[in-house]
Amino acid sequence: MSDNRQHKRSLLQAGKLSCGLSDGRADLSGRLTIAEAGVFSTSLMRHLAVQKQAQLEINLDALDYIDSAGVIALFHVSKQLQHTGVRVAITGGSDSIMKKLELFRPDTLPQADTPITPGFYDRLGGKVRNFIKEYVFEYVILAANIFYWSVSDVFKKKTRREGEFLNQTIHIGVNAVLIIVFLSFIIGFVMALQSADHLRAFGANLFVVDLVMIAVTSQLGPLIAGIMVAGRSGAAIAAEIGTMKVTSELDALKTMGLDPVRFVVIPKLYACLFTMPVLVLMSDVAGVLGGAFASYQYLGITPEVFLNRAEEIMTNKNLITGFVKSQVYASIIVLTGSFFGFKVIRGAEGVGKMTTTAVVVAITLVMLADSILMVIFY
Amino acid sequence: MEAENVIEVRRLGAILDNDDVVLSDVSFTARKGEVTVILGISGAGKTTVLRHLLGLYPVQQGFVSVLGRNLAELNEDEQIDLYLQMGVFFQECALMNSLTVEENVALPLEQHTDLPKPLIRDIVKMKLGLVNLDHAGHLYPSQLSGGMMKRAALARAIAMDPPILFCDEPGSGLDPVSLKALDQLILNLKNQLGITVIMITHEVLSIMRVADKIVFIDKGLSVFEGSIKEALQSEVPAIKDFFSVLVKD
Repeated sequence: MSDNRQHKRSLLQAGKLSCGLSDGRADLSGRLTIAEAGVFSTSLMRHLAVQKQAQLEINLDALDYIDSAGVIALFHVSKQLQHTGVRVAITGGSDSIMKKLELFRPDTLPQADTPITPGFYDRLGGKVRNFIKEYVFEYVILAANIFYWSVSDVFKKKTRREGEFLNQTIHIGVNAVLIIVFLSFIIGFVMALQSADHLRAFGANLFVVDLVMIAVTSQLGPLIAGIMVAGRSGAAIAAEIGTMKVTSELDALKTMGLDPVRFVVIPKLYACLFTMPVLVLMSDVAGVLGGAFASYQYLGITPEVFLNRAEEIMTNKNLITGFVKSQVYASIIVLTGSFFGFKVIRGAEGVGKMTTTAVVVAITLVMLADSILMVIFY
Repeated sequence: MEAENVIEVRRLGAILDNDDVVLSDVSFTARKGEVTVILGISGAGKTTVLRHLLGLYPVQQGFVSVLGRNLAELNEDEQIDLYLQMGVFFQECALMNSLTVEENVALPLEQHTDLPKPLIRDIVKMKLGLVNLDHAGHLYPSQLSGGMMKRAALARAIAMDPPILFCDEPGSGLDPVSLKALDQLILNLKNQLGITVIMITHEVLSIMRVADKIVFIDKGLSVFEGSIKEALQSEVPAIKDFFSVLVKD
C-alpha cells in the first residue's frame, strides 16, 4: 500500500496553474496569480492532508508568472504545512519569479503590531469614559460658554452683526410656522375625534373641551413646536457649524479674534428664545381650533359653547407652562445643534453624520425635558 | 543691520491624542519684512507648525514666540490682541459664505475698531482694490472663481494692516497664471507695506518667486534653514528630492 502511494502522481488544476504532485514534490507550472491563489492553496492543503508526508519540495522551475497574491499564497501554504510538522522547501524559479518572491515574501513586509485586544469590561469602561469625557463634559462646557456669551453679549450691542437676529428669526421661527400650525391642528382634531365617541357614551360631550384645552396648551402644543424646531433648526444649526468647521471658517474667526460661539451660536440662541414662545402659542391656538372643529362636526358643540367652556378651564398656569417649556426647548435645540456642529470631523460625511445625531439627540432631550417639566408643573 | 526676528520657534514638539509624534524638533526664526516659506512633503508637519504659530494648538513642548510674545504664556485676551496683529490666509479661503466679499473684509474692522461705517467702507474698497477685486465686493463667495476667492481671502487677511501674514498653501488649486498673479500680490504687500509673510506652499515656482528664506521640515524635524540658493545646493536628501523637479532629465 505504501509502495503504491510512493509512485503515484496526481495533478491539481487551478485556473491557469497546474501542480504536479508526486511523493514529496510539487511542480508548479503556468501562472499563479490572484485568480488561482485561493483554489491552489485550498486544494493543495486538502490533498496533502490525505497524503501524509514528512517533507515537501515546491518547485517553481516551470512557473511562468507569479503575482503578489500568488507569493503570499505560496508562503501561506508553506507556513500551514510547517505547523503540521511538514518540512517545506521552495526551489527553482526564473530570476523574475525569484525577485517577486523576495519582494512580496511576508516576513519582509512591514508587520503591523499585534493589537492587544482588551476584554469586555475594559472596552465597556473605555467607552463609558470616552462618552463622559467627549460628550457629557464637553456638552456642559459648551452650555456654560453659551450662557456666558448670551449674557455678556446683551451689553455689546456695537459688535453684534446687523440683521443677523432678524435673519435667524426668519429661519428658525417664521419658516416653521406653517408646518407647526398644520400639525397641531391635525393633532387637536384627531384627539377630539378619538375621545368624542367615548365621551358621548357617558353623556359627557362637553368635557371634550377640557381634554383638548388642557392637553394642547400644557403638553401637545409646546411639544409639537419643540419637536418640529428641533428637527428643522437643530439640523440646520449642526450642518451650518459643521460645514464652517470643515472649511476652516471657525479657525478663521478665531484668528480674527472672534469667538465662534459668540459670533455664530448666540444670534441663533436669541432668535430661538424669541420665536419659540410665539411658535408655541400658535401651536396651542391651532391645536385648540382643530379640537373645536371636530367638536362642532361630531359632537355638535358650537364654537360659542366651546369658547365659554374654554375660558372657564383656561388658567395662567397653562400659559406659563408653555412659555417655560418654550425657553427650555429653545436652549436645548441650539445647544445640541451647536455641540454636534462643533464635533464634526472628516468633511461632508462627518457633517451628515453629526447632523443626524444632532436631530435625534435634540428631539430626545426635548421629550425628556418635557417629562421633567410636566412633573414639576403637575 | 540685521532685521529683527518676528517669529522664533525653538525645539517645538507636538504629540497627538493617540500618542503619534507629529513634530519632534522644529526650530527656526523668521525675520521682519521677509517671506519665510515652510516646506516639506505632505505629512511632514508643516500645517501643525502653522497651527502652533496661530495659537490654534497649544504649545506642548519647546518655545514659540510671535512678535516677541511667548505663546505658551498668553492668556485669552493677550491671544486676541496678538490675533489682531496677524492676518491669516487659509488654504480653503475660509470666507464666511453668508456674507458678501465686502462684508467679509469689513468683518474684523467692524468687530475690533470704532471706525465709522463710511470709513470702513472706504478701507474695504481700498483693500479690495489692492487685490484687484474692487468690482466684486457685492458678490458672495459662492459666486467667485477660485482665483477671486483667494484674492478675497487675501484682502480679508490684510484688512487690519497686520504686520505679519500667514499663508497656508495659498496657491493650491490655482492655474499657473493666477498663481503668478497671487505671488506678485504677496510680493507687493511685502514690499509696499513691509509685511512679514510666513507661507506654506508646495509650488516650487512660487517658492522661487517669493521666498527670502526657506525652512524645510521632514518627518517632524526642521532639517534646513537658509536662502533659496542654499536650499538648491543642499545635500539633505529630502531637500534634493523636493527640488529635483527643477532638474531637467
